[in-house]
Amino acid sequence: MRLAILDSGQGFGTKVLFALIRTISRQPVLDVIKLVKYRADFYGGPMQRVTHEAMRGPSSWSVGDRELMAALIAKTNGCEWCTKAHRAVAEGAYRDEKKVSAVLSNLETSAIEEPLRATLRMLCKLTREHAVDADDIRAVLAAGASRQQIEDALAVCFSFNTIGRLADAFGFVVPGPKAFEAGAKYLLARGYR
Amino acid sequence: MSDISQAREAVVARILEGDGKASPAQRRAAFNNTGLGEPLRKLIDKVARHAYRVTDEDIDGARASGLSEDQIFEIVVCAAIGQATRQYDTALAALEAATRKE
Repeated sequence: MRLAILDSGQGFGTKVLFALIRTISRQPVLDVIKLVKYRADFYGGPMQRVTHEAMRGPSSWSVGDRELMAALIAKTNGCEWCTKAHRAVAEGAYRDEKKVSAVLSNLETSAIEEPLRATLRMLCKLTREHAVDADDIRAVLAAGASRQQIEDALAVCFSFNTIGRLADAFGFVVPGPKAFEAGAKYLLARGYR
Repeated sequence: MSDISQAREAVVARILEGDGKASPAQRRAAFNNTGLGEPLRKLIDKVARHAYRVTDEDIDGARASGLSEDQIFEIVVCAAIGQATRQYDTALAALEAATRKE
């Protein structure tokens, strides 16, 4: 972590919470938790409300679909931390590691439904090139995704294009798979609040 | 149909207009990725366009320019949300154009 305040500048109550997390999960506290808890009124609190709505609010995309979007957006951004974290959540939500692995390896050859594939393709372009045009959107609609599904997917994209940038800029430490598994269990049980 | 519009507006208003250790002008400049002098310009442009390229030296440079860690924290957050906002707004405009009735 490149800013010492994110590691050690937390208030007393948050430090106690971190000690509890370490004791109960037997894993280190994930750096994203340190980020959202640090001066939570500035970023963590308001942003968690956005992310919880995008990832767990009402949508015809499943939780697994949205976590898969998050993982692929992270991969497109070159963010190892977020790719591993949300790959684990998507695998847990779908209960299907092969599906997640196939999409992250090659979106075009993976066995997923066309509306999801076209949506993921558009999200990758938006993330990579910072823009999409009406033709890109028409291609997603033509593949069978609804206007509302596109809006919901763009909400996921907003959240993870924010969080991935912060993970890389602040230098999140990539922990072992067991820490991400513990984080995934928490996110599937409680969401992003 | 998840709806992030109010929550998204709230987070942008908080980081740009609420209390902070960095000045509102600095936070706005980072959000817009424009009008910053070196070494901040380089750091913020990396956060916006390819954050995986940010290095320890980029953060050290911001620190050496006189910024506190809290100020760096705030302006990096503003830069990340600013770029995600531009992407989101561009895509919503494309969605509107694609679904507009002729």
